[in-house]
Amino acid sequence: MINFVCLISRQGKVRLTKWYSTYSQKERSKAIRELSGVILSRGPKLCNFVDWKGHKVVYKRYASLYFCICIDEEDNELEALEVIHHFVEILDRYFGSVCELDLIFNFHKAYYILDELLIAGELQESSKRTIAKLISAQDNLVEVAKEEASSLSNIIAQATK
Amino acid sequence: MGSQGGIGQSKEFLDLVKSIGEARSKAEEDRIVLGEIETLKRRLVEPGIPKRKMKEYIIRLVYIEMLGHDASFGYIHAVKMTHDDSLFLKRTGYLAVTLFLNEDHDLIILIVNTIQKDLKSDNFLIVCAALNAVCKLINEETIPAVLPQVVELLGHQKEAVRKKAIMALHRFHQKSPSSVSHLVSNFRKRLCDNDPGVMGATLCPLLDLVNRDVSSFKDLVVSFVSILKQVAEHRLPKTYDYHQLPAPFIQIRLLKILGLLGSGDKQASEQMYMVVGDIFRKCDSSSNIGNAVLYQCVCCVSSIHPNPKLLESAADVIARFLKSDSHNLKYLGIDALGRLIKLSPEIAEQHQLAVIDCLEDPDDTLKRKTFELLHKMTKSSNVEVIVDRMIDYMISINDNHYKTDIVSRCVELAEQFAPSNQWFIQTMNRVFEHAGDLVNIKVAHNLMHLIAEGFGEDDDTEYTHLRSSAVDSYLRIIGAPKLPSVFLQVICWVLGEYGTADGKYSASYITGKLCDVAEAYSNDETVKAYAVTALMKIYACEMAAGRTVDILPECQTLIEELSASHSTDLQQRAYELQAVIALDAQTVENILPSDASSKEIEIDKNLPFLNDHVERAIEKGAQPYIPESERSGFSSASYLNSQDLHEVPPSHGLRFEAYELPKQPSVPLTTPPVSIGSSNELIPVPEPTYNRGTQAAVSLPSSSNAGPAEVKLRLDGVQKRWGRPTYSSSSASTSAAASQDTINGVTPPDGATTVTPAISKGRETTYEPTRKTQQAVEISPEKQKLAASLFGGSSKQERKSSLGGGHKTAAKPTGGHAAEAPAKKMAAPVQQPPPPDLLDLGEMTVATTGPLIDPFKQLEGLLDSVELASSTKNHVDVSAAKGPDAMAFYGDSATTVEQGGHHFSSIDDVDNLVSGLSSATTDASSGGGIPTSQLTTQNSKGPNLKDALQKDALVRQMGVNPSSQNPNLFKDLLG
Repeated sequence: MINFVCLISRQGKVRLTKWYSTYSQKERSKAIRELSGVILSRGPKLCNFVDWKGHKVVYKRYASLYFCICIDEEDNELEALEVIHHFVEILDRYFGSVCELDLIFNFHKAYYILDELLIAGELQESSKRTIAKLISAQDNLVEVAKEEASSLSNIIAQATK
Repeated sequence: MGSQGGIGQSKEFLDLVKSIGEARSKAEEDRIVLGEIETLKRRLVEPGIPKRKMKEYIIRLVYIEMLGHDASFGYIHAVKMTHDDSLFLKRTGYLAVTLFLNEDHDLIILIVNTIQKDLKSDNFLIVCAALNAVCKLINEETIPAVLPQVVELLGHQKEAVRKKAIMALHRFHQKSPSSVSHLVSNFRKRLCDNDPGVMGATLCPLLDLVNRDVSSFKDLVVSFVSILKQVAEHRLPKTYDYHQLPAPFIQIRLLKILGLLGSGDKQASEQMYMVVGDIFRKCDSSSNIGNAVLYQCVCCVSSIHPNPKLLESAADVIARFLKSDSHNLKYLGIDALGRLIKLSPEIAEQHQLAVIDCLEDPDDTLKRKTFELLHKMTKSSNVEVIVDRMIDYMISINDNHYKTDIVSRCVELAEQFAPSNQWFIQTMNRVFEHAGDLVNIKVAHNLMHLIAEGFGEDDDTEYTHLRSSAVDSYLRIIGAPKLPSVFLQVICWVLGEYGTADGKYSASYITGKLCDVAEAYSNDETVKAYAVTALMKIYACEMAAGRTVDILPECQTLIEELSASHSTDLQQRAYELQAVIALDAQTVENILPSDASSKEIEIDKNLPFLNDHVERAIEKGAQPYIPESERSGFSSASYLNSQDLHEVPPSHGLRFEAYELPKQPSVPLTTPPVSIGSSNELIPVPEPTYNRGTQAAVSLPSSSNAGPAEVKLRLDGVQKRWGRPTYSSSSASTSAAASQDTINGVTPPDGATTVTPAISKGRETTYEPTRKTQQAVEISPEKQKLAASLFGGSSKQERKSSLGGGHKTAAKPTGGHAAEAPAKKMAAPVQQPPPPDLLDLGEMTVATTGPLIDPFKQLEGLLDSVELASSTKNHVDVSAAKGPDAMAFYGDSATTVEQGGHHFSSIDDVDNLVSGLSSATTDASSGGGIPTSQLTTQNSKGPNLKDALQKDALVRQMGVNPSSQNPNLFKDLLG
């Protein structure tokens, strides 16, 4: 099971965190602090796994961003590594060659995508197309809602004139 | 679709993100965030915020929280946002609450209602959003509130909803398995869902269920196998391909399940062989995901009933992993090797050099994994090298979590496979020296036990040699700065017992060292206690040997300082020491016999030697002793007499645990016990019978009708502190008996049983015959040697000698040579002696050839030191008994205890025991003039119960639970 996912920039700044197991705010900051210390200092040729308090953290670097995912002792590390890659591919498809800036300004969208990919600490969907379809459906609905809202406010505005 | 730059977000927010992005330091970032928090706090309470604006605020809160700051002031707004009708806002609300709240947060109750409503929505996207929240927020208590709706959604027409509903149930199962146990059939049905995504998701809960109870899912083996077959044959839609591999994530999950189902089940395993073999063949090993599937196959093969062909394929995969340049694959290869090695131990041999490479790799993760592997393949032939390596590594790391882990592994291996006592003690010394604080105290006790007893052999010279070498090494180490407390305890104990035993060191030298320790670690009371007791033993040993004891001035100061110590335990020990020194040699030898730490003491709990004394005391008008069981009724009565009845209930209201059942008097009463047997606390015990019985026994004036039963039951604890002196002392004497009991049952026998058989087993383990593989020439000799000692460990020589030797004297030297022999063989072409750091033979040979003369052998059995005996002595001798009788004080014909055990456990329990004892003796002699300084100090020093009670009552009056986190939240909500 995945305990948490976090994205950390090369400077150690947090770009996204999602906690599937229960951690208090204190534990969260501590975990991020410890992990960024360990992971950012690792050399490029070492393996992408780190032991961390009885769990394993699998990380992968994409440009300036480290994607970290904390899994249980008995889980398949290589699979976790591919889950990360899967996520990145989906982000890439959504944002169109994703870069760190996309995630900085649209972190909530990254969260929505993550919610379609992982749920309750498990991979829920391995088809990129299904996820893309769902996300665009939500986005469209939001657009519709926005239009409705604006038209409604127009009507109100006109009525109150 | 790319919405760069965040359309629809205000400039303010963009500026915030930018400024944080540009922040140079953490402090600057913190300052910006704190400013933002202030702004948001202000804004959020403004009336009539437009919804769009509110949404942005919520997202800004998420941002703050993500950066590790507390945004709890805004949680309630996120909760409110989930109530909104439009998906547009609702989605943001749900996102925020799932990120903010843990399942135990107070606000969850406010969301459950919304979730219930949204689960019924027509719009499947709203249902999806609600299900996302369900997975994160619903806790054990709220499961019933949403369960029926979630189950209903399993049949929803949209596959996305079905999938999320399955995952929600999976989560419920994790939180409370019983809540969804009746839904297993639903999971089975979803396994046949048309949508591969739903089917894949169903595998998650099924994996959990199978893990919990394998047997009830055996019938599914066929289905799982056929699904896996179809997946592997590319029957799923193209969209599930990942890097040209058909649905690899689903394959991995299926392989996990099959591994569980096939474990130890030949029939089920046979059904899987085909498909697993197919995957081995088909899987593309050039991509990461292909290797992930292959690794999972190896895991599966190693857990199901073994099949030679599959094992072969697995071995091939492992070989490829280990030969790869990628550290990730090496890591997995090591892990897989660890799994397979149980089934086919010979597989490790061909990879020995790869394993050693990994062990020396700069990558920590890989190194640790390799240690895990080594741990699995440790045998008595390679234990020395492996443990040595582990300790070296342990010394080099700082991570306490992992250090503890590796220390426990070292200890486990050393205890299981130790080739000799000498080696074991040396290894333990190293472990203690570098990580003493991380070691279980039991390990220390085992070590002391071992030094005291050896492994149960009867060779005395071996013994004494072992001990004197321990003493030597400890005297060397003792000066080192900052030794862990546990290690110092061991050192003090060993020096006290055996420091002067071989005559190499004078008593004044050892005592000087002990004083240094006590001074250097002056804030560690346990160490000081060990040191003082060790001093006493050495002095006693000197006196018994007929030498005059000259106490060093620093020892004198130490003793004086300790006799004024705050710790009653230390005080007690200091006074004991002084008392022992004042005795004559004969008595000292009786109470502290030499080298008797592991002799058994017979204990007679009835303390017959005190009978005379007691009778005399009673003649003089003392109260007879009443057993506790007969006393409770009376004591409560007397308590009630002295206290106002109405004051009692409040002071007893603070008991949080359940009331215990009333005790039945053990001595049969004259009248039949009417309601005592009914065992309900609230039914009053008929006073006449009860009180008469106790009072008659006590013969003390007390009002006969005091003491309603319900109050009486609660008084024992208080009575001990405030009751009349007679009762407090008598109850103390029973508590002394009780603590004796516990001591009798504590560690010593345990230590004896765990170490001895474990080690002797280790020595008896049959050595596995292993073949040597020819090494390539260019490989460095060092590595070859290491490989030889790790993998090729045992040779025929060793087996022969260990069989011939049978016991220690023979086994030890051969153990050393045997380990050396294969190493030399391997190194033969290079003509180089094995470096000592690899095999650690240097000390071994010294140990075997060292002088075995023991000038003090004749002293054995004459002297010793048993602190507990002495403590008894200290108190008892004044009143009546002589030395030997003091032993009987502990007596119980039924229970026998090893004295060594007393030493081990006494430190922890001594407070109890000693105070109990002293009061007991005072009691028995009824004020026979014994100095009772301990007793009085303890009485005056006990925790102030009254204060504590008052404080608690105050807290209760306030009626607040101080831990409630956010009092403002609800104000917000209501306002």
